[in-house]
Amino acid sequence: MSKYIAQRLLLAVPTVLGLTMLVFFVLRVLVPVDAVDLQFAAAGMKDPEQEAALRESLGITGPLPLQYLSWLGRLMTGDFGVSFYTGRTVVDELALRIPTSLEVGMGALMITIVIAIPIGVYSAVRQDSGLDYLARGGAILFYAIPGFWLATLILVFGSLWLNWAPPTEYHHIWEDPIANLKQVALPMFLLGLSPIGTLIRLVRTQVLEVIRQDYVRTARAKGLAPSTVYTRHVLRNSLLPIVTVVGLQVPNLIAGTVIFEQVFVLPGVGRYLLDAVLRLDLFVLMATNLFFGSLIILSNLVVDVSYGFIDPRVRYQ
Amino acid sequence: MPSTIDAKTGAAEITFGPQIANRQWPLGLGWLFQFARRKPLGFAGLMVLVIVGGAAAFAPLVTPYHYATTNFGARLEGPSLAHIFGTDNLGRDLFTRVVYGARVSLGISFAAVILAKSIATTIGIVTGYYGGWVDKIGQRFVDMWIALPRLIIIITMIGLMGASATTLIILVGLANAPTSIRLIRSTVVSVREEAYMEAARALGASNTRIMVRHLLPNVFHIVMFSATVTLGAVILIVASLGFLGYGVPPPQPDLGAMLSGAGLTYMRQNPWMAFWPGIIITAVVFAFNVLGDALRDVLDPRLRGSR
Repeated sequence: MSKYIAQRLLLAVPTVLGLTMLVFFVLRVLVPVDAVDLQFAAAGMKDPEQEAALRESLGITGPLPLQYLSWLGRLMTGDFGVSFYTGRTVVDELALRIPTSLEVGMGALMITIVIAIPIGVYSAVRQDSGLDYLARGGAILFYAIPGFWLATLILVFGSLWLNWAPPTEYHHIWEDPIANLKQVALPMFLLGLSPIGTLIRLVRTQVLEVIRQDYVRTARAKGLAPSTVYTRHVLRNSLLPIVTVVGLQVPNLIAGTVIFEQVFVLPGVGRYLLDAVLRLDLFVLMATNLFFGSLIILSNLVVDVSYGFIDPRVRYQ
Repeated sequence: MPSTIDAKTGAAEITFGPQIANRQWPLGLGWLFQFARRKPLGFAGLMVLVIVGGAAAFAPLVTPYHYATTNFGARLEGPSLAHIFGTDNLGRDLFTRVVYGARVSLGISFAAVILAKSIATTIGIVTGYYGGWVDKIGQRFVDMWIALPRLIIIITMIGLMGASATTLIILVGLANAPTSIRLIRSTVVSVREEAYMEAARALGASNTRIMVRHLLPNVFHIVMFSATVTLGAVILIVASLGFLGYGVPPPQPDLGAMLSGAGLTYMRQNPWMAFWPGIIITAVVFAFNVLGDALRDVLDPRLRGSR
C-alpha cells in the first residue's frame, strides 16, 4: 500500500510543475498589461529608475525562462511574494483566508455526501416508485438551478419579507463558532446543491447496476438483513465510481466558493482572487491560482489513494 | 407490421423502420413522434429548447422593443400587457432583455461547446487510434488539463484581458474540452479491433481516411449526447461568469449579469427582475439534461448510466 501511495505521489509531481508553468505562462506571457507599470500609473508616478528597481527586487527582469526558474525557487522556500495593494506577504494573507474557504467547501462536500448517498441508494432500491421519480426529478433540478440565482432570490426576498441581510462582519470559527456557523450555513448549503444533484443520479445508476449482480442475490438468499445487504454488499461495490465523481466535484466547489464568498461577503481565497484580478495584484493572482490548482491535484491524489483502500486490486495494476 | 408477403407470388417485401415511420407520419417526422412517445420527459426538454432557442434566434422578430431602449416613465413595473415580463430600473423591457440575454448566453455556449467537442473528438480519435506513446502522453496531458481550476483561470484571464464574446468562447471551450475525451478514446480503442478496420487498412486506406470515415461515425453519437449535457454545464458556467461581472460587456444583456449585485437594490422594488433570467437558465439547463439522458438511452443503450 505504501508503495502504491508513493507511486501516486510521484505522479503528482509533474502535474504540479505543469500547473506552475501554466500559471506563469498565463500571468507573465499571455497578459498584455504589465503589473508594475499599472501600479505606478495608478499611483500617478512615472519614474523609470524606480520601476526598474522594483522589478529587480520582485525578480521579474531578464529572460522569461530564468524568471520562471527563480520564481519556482522562491516558491520552494515558501516565498510567494508581496501583495502590491496591501504590501503584506501573500503567505500571511492567504493563511488568514484559507480556513474560511476550506470550511465552506468541505462543509458543502459533507452535506453533499450525507444527503445524496442515502437518497441515491433509496431511489435505486425503490426503483420506479413515486419517491424515485421525485428524487430523479429533484436531482436534475438541483443541478440545473444556478446557485447564485437562489442566493440572489434569498437576498431579495429575505430583505423584503424578513428584513434580513447577510452580516457584513465576519466571525472566524475560532472566535465565535455559533456566529460563524450561522454565517456559513447558507452558502455551504447552496454550494452543495449542484453536487447533490449530480451525486444522487450517479449513486442511483451505480447501485442499480450492482443490485442485479449474483452475489447480491446470494447475500439476500442466505438471509442477511436488507440493511446489511445494501451497506456491506451493494454500496461497498458501487463505491469506486462514487468516489471518482465526488473527487470531480472539487473544481465545481472551488468555482462555487468564489461565487458565494462574493455574494455573502465571506473573506475567503475566492474573494481574495476576485479583488486581486481587479487590482492586477500579480503575486496574489499567482498564489491564488496555484492554491486552487494544488487543491484539485491534492483531491485527485486522495481519490487515487482511496481507490487502493476500496479495491485492493487497484494497487497491483 | 414490419414486412409483408404477397399472397399470390410469395414475394416478400421487407420494410425498414424509417419507411414505416414515413408511411404513418407526414413530413418524415415519424422519429419525432416515436421519441415523444418513448421519452416524454426528453421530448418536453426538446420543446423547451425549441421555444427558448427559437425566441433567441429570432430575437429581433419576437421582441417588441430594443434591449437598450430606456423608458423612465415605466421603471420597475410588474408584468403588464405592454411589458409582459415587466421593466427594469431603467424602464427597459424585461422580456426583450431576457430574450436577448438568452441569445447571447446560448450563442456563446453553443460556439464554446462546438469548439470543445471538436477538440475532444480529434484528441480522442487520434490517441485511441494510434495507441502507444501517443496515447500515453495524450492521457497524461488530459489528466493535467482536467486538474486545472478552470473557472479560476478563466476569471483571471478575462479579468486581465477584458471580456468579449470571442474570448469567452475560446476560454470556455478550451476549459470544457477534456471532459469527454476519455469516453471517445475508449470507444475508439474497442472499435479499432473490428474486422472492417482491418479490411479498410488492407484496401490501402490512409490513417486519416480511416479516422475520418470509419472512426468518426462510430463515436459521433457519443459526441452528440455528451454535447447536449455539456451545453447545460457550459450555460451555467457562462451565466456564473456573467454574474461575477466577467461576461459580455454591457449594454449587451447577459442572463447571469442581469442577476448580479448592481441591480440588487432595484430587485427589492421589482422582484420580477430577479425572477425571469434565473428561471430561463434553470429551464434551459434542465431541458438539456433530460434531453441528453433521453438521447443517450435511445442512441446507445449500452452507455446507460455511464456518465
